[in-house]
Amino acid sequence: MSADHELHISGLTVGYHDVDVLHDVDLAIPSGKVTVIVGANACGKSTLLKAVSRLLKPRAGVVMLDGRAVHRTPPKQLARVMGVLPQAPVAPEGITVADLVGRGRHPHQKIVARWSAADDAAVAEALNATDTAELAERSVDELSGGQRQRVWIAMALAQDTDVLLLDEPTTYLDVSHQIEVLDLLAELNALRGTTIVMVLHDLNMAARYADHLIAMKSGEVRATGTPASVLTAEIVQDVFGLDSVVIDDPVSGTPLVVPRSRAASSTPPVRAEHDAPRPSPR
Amino acid sequence: MTETSSATSMGTLPAGAAQGESSPHSFSRLDGPGVARARRRRGRRRRWVIAALSVLVLALCLTSLMVGHTVYSLDQVWDVIMGRPVDGATFTVGTLRLPRMALALVAGASFGLAGIAFQTLLRNPLASPDIIGISSGASAAAVFAIVVANLSRTQVSLVAVAGGLIVAFAIYVLSAGGAGAGTRLILIGIGVAAMLNSVVAYLLERAGQWDYQEALRWLSGSLGGATWEATVPVIVTLVLAGTLVVTQARALGLAQMGDEAAVGLGVRVPLMRIAVVMGAVALVSVATSAAGPIAFVAFLAGPIAVRLIGAHGSPVIPAALVGAVLVLSADLVGQWVFDTRYPVGVVTGAVGAPFLLYLIVSIHRKGGSL
Amino acid sequence: MLVLAAASVAIGSRPVTGAELWWGLAGHTDTIGEAAVYVRVPRTLLAIVIGAALAVSGAVMQGVTRNPLADPGILGVNMGAALAVVIGIAWFGMWELDSYVWAAIVGGGAAACFVYFVGSLGRGGATPLKLALAGAATAAALSSLISAVVLPRPDISDIVQSWHVGGVGGASFEAMGTVVPFLAVGGVLAWVSGRWLNSLSLGDDIAAGLGVRVAWARGGAALAAVLLCSAATAVAGPIGFVGLIIPHLCRLLVGTDYRWLIPCSALMGAALLIAADIIGRVVARPEEIAVGIVTALIGAPVFIAVARRQKMRAL
Repeated sequence: MSADHELHISGLTVGYHDVDVLHDVDLAIPSGKVTVIVGANACGKSTLLKAVSRLLKPRAGVVMLDGRAVHRTPPKQLARVMGVLPQAPVAPEGITVADLVGRGRHPHQKIVARWSAADDAAVAEALNATDTAELAERSVDELSGGQRQRVWIAMALAQDTDVLLLDEPTTYLDVSHQIEVLDLLAELNALRGTTIVMVLHDLNMAARYADHLIAMKSGEVRATGTPASVLTAEIVQDVFGLDSVVIDDPVSGTPLVVPRSRAASSTPPVRAEHDAPRPSPR
Repeated sequence: MTETSSATSMGTLPAGAAQGESSPHSFSRLDGPGVARARRRRGRRRRWVIAALSVLVLALCLTSLMVGHTVYSLDQVWDVIMGRPVDGATFTVGTLRLPRMALALVAGASFGLAGIAFQTLLRNPLASPDIIGISSGASAAAVFAIVVANLSRTQVSLVAVAGGLIVAFAIYVLSAGGAGAGTRLILIGIGVAAMLNSVVAYLLERAGQWDYQEALRWLSGSLGGATWEATVPVIVTLVLAGTLVVTQARALGLAQMGDEAAVGLGVRVPLMRIAVVMGAVALVSVATSAAGPIAFVAFLAGPIAVRLIGAHGSPVIPAALVGAVLVLSADLVGQWVFDTRYPVGVVTGAVGAPFLLYLIVSIHRKGGSL
Repeated sequence: MLVLAAASVAIGSRPVTGAELWWGLAGHTDTIGEAAVYVRVPRTLLAIVIGAALAVSGAVMQGVTRNPLADPGILGVNMGAALAVVIGIAWFGMWELDSYVWAAIVGGGAAACFVYFVGSLGRGGATPLKLALAGAATAAALSSLISAVVLPRPDISDIVQSWHVGGVGGASFEAMGTVVPFLAVGGVLAWVSGRWLNSLSLGDDIAAGLGVRVAWARGGAALAAVLLCSAATAVAGPIGFVGLIIPHLCRLLVGTDYRWLIPCSALMGAALLIAADIIGRVVARPEEIAVGIVTALIGAPVFIAVARRQKMRAL
């Protein structure tokens, strides 16, 4: 099992250009659990994740991992504890699955590259865990969307971190591939005790896979807690402007949000669309 | 490979679950030694390519020392290199051919390194420093330093580097901010290049002692009249800036997956980017100040190297070797194959055109976009 | 524009007096000043014609390719025409304008087709980035080929140089007489294609729905653009950026209707080239700066501004 890690966010304010996207956010991420961040489009979910993974520099406040600000930790040292899977990573043209997964070993290697037996063992384990071993020699370009996403997760696993951050790991996937990826992450959490923090769009998926839920609206945290405590009709109304009935999921017993009709509100529909500013696809 | 075929295997997490498609030698579990074996097998091609390119570079170097109006034997050439006096050859080989060969070697390697650095950094195989205006900045500064200010060789190199850096900084600042900055950077670079090229044309036109033919020679890149004085700054730059770029090769490769993924893997992306840009600009600028903007070498070396080694491992060192091969062989071809002695850049330029077409077509066949 | 034309006759690298100006215009060439003025008249007329042709060509090209950065210089048409002219002079003895103007048109057309074909391969069609890259790379390759043709022939380098540096300095009425028919045909075709371009700017599907024969309209307009800029290049050498910046300025003035845009571009293009020619004559007295260099120095910043402002997806 992974070691415990304290991940705290206090007074965090982050923005692009002259607009603050997050205002004074305080959060504690439970160690060894699956935490899912939900919220309407442009509520700052992805921004929060980017600030935690030090892709964005905070204007104020701090993200502390084990009592040390992540923005002041040497990058490689941090990358041995916390891995990040961004929303739209680019696979270099023609690269094989094994080589891509091997890139996850970067934080464990010296500048003068020498592959160690530990590196190879970690790659093998990551490929096995994500069930991509038989794809190892294939080119990433020729994989299906679901396979490709598993390969990216394998890369993050090869990094061998106790904390893993994922920005919408199910975007662009159809529903069966979404389940495939989320099951994989749940298994990872159960077997290795990896702390997982991810942004998801689909409320019912979030309810099913999260131990801990964070609901955001307009750059602020509106509710945190277990899915059962967060996903109430009132909070769904507040965060998404959606009139709904919450029932028990017949499969998992977790809350299931069933929209009744759209309230007259400015909030856009809850669908897998892009959040906040992100790099334009080339 | 299709969505439907792999959808049949969804939800089955335990290792060894059936996949929608399977390769002939399908295996479901791997161990460390197995991964290592496969990795070494993939790396073999790159090692062979590097070895073959190195041998080719060496052979071309020796050939360009031996071949000329008078052909000298390998023994004679070796004696000259070792500093033993040989009738005739001491001057022809030692004073004329040796600096020319050295300049071809180091300028080619410099262009190759700078090209692959920019192409990888901007994630676009067409975004080499000669297309986006860096070479034009160095050219304009170098021509100014040579024909207007009459500076010494070292000073010309420094002015050229300053010109290249100013252009790099200018196109970066002009394109910064918001989405699509990479695209905009390339477009603005093309505009800047067009403007600077006309500055170069004007400076050359005004310089009385340069006639049109000589101007054309310089503009397309030429090794004629290479001296040690011109070559030494290029060698020094290649050693210093080249080392800088090579040490960043792995970080550069990680940044290909996007800045976010690279940061997540512990790469200091801004620092890496500054180091690579400074190194690449220095390489291309100093080489340009000595040999002129040899057409298409920076543009061609990277994509050729990538095609040779495949996707495994960094193409940075192979690209430097390919650059050296291109310049050395183009210079031999330009000097001795035709009735007229063509400057090296005319040969590389003529080779570059069809390869450009091939490059664009092959990128599109794979469904990529530019 | 009339003011600029008058200024162009009056101002040059050699100052002239009012009396000399008058007598020069009247056809006397007794003093050097009068002779200078006498030379400046066809030069000014040529600048008008060339400027108008390049600007209209640029406007039509931007319409045909639906691409804000299309320009005879950027797309390599100038270089294609230049290579063809150089080959004509070097290998086929086309020493006279009336023979190599044909070469220029063929070469310019070939280069335009090539760059457009290469730039529109693959996903997304002819995006500004792909066209500009394909054009820049093609132009670089063509200029190497030009060197390859000229270098072995010291005997022709004088005529090639005087053409390549180009500009409107060597203007004569005979030279104009040779290219004017080409420019007239191109101009009329461009004028007619204005309405097609309006439809095409809505997209091929809608244009077809409006009853436009898309392929014919596109081909006709492209032919007009190539005729105009190749003929202009044949007589004045490669001059870049006029075709790029003028249509953008005119869009600010008269909007996006090509029926207005094309005549407006013609007027503004003529004005710009006269102005650039005057600047080139005055700035470096007693030397002259070729007009192509002046337009590049003025035009590149505008190109950069357009690239900065443009949403890179499409026009």
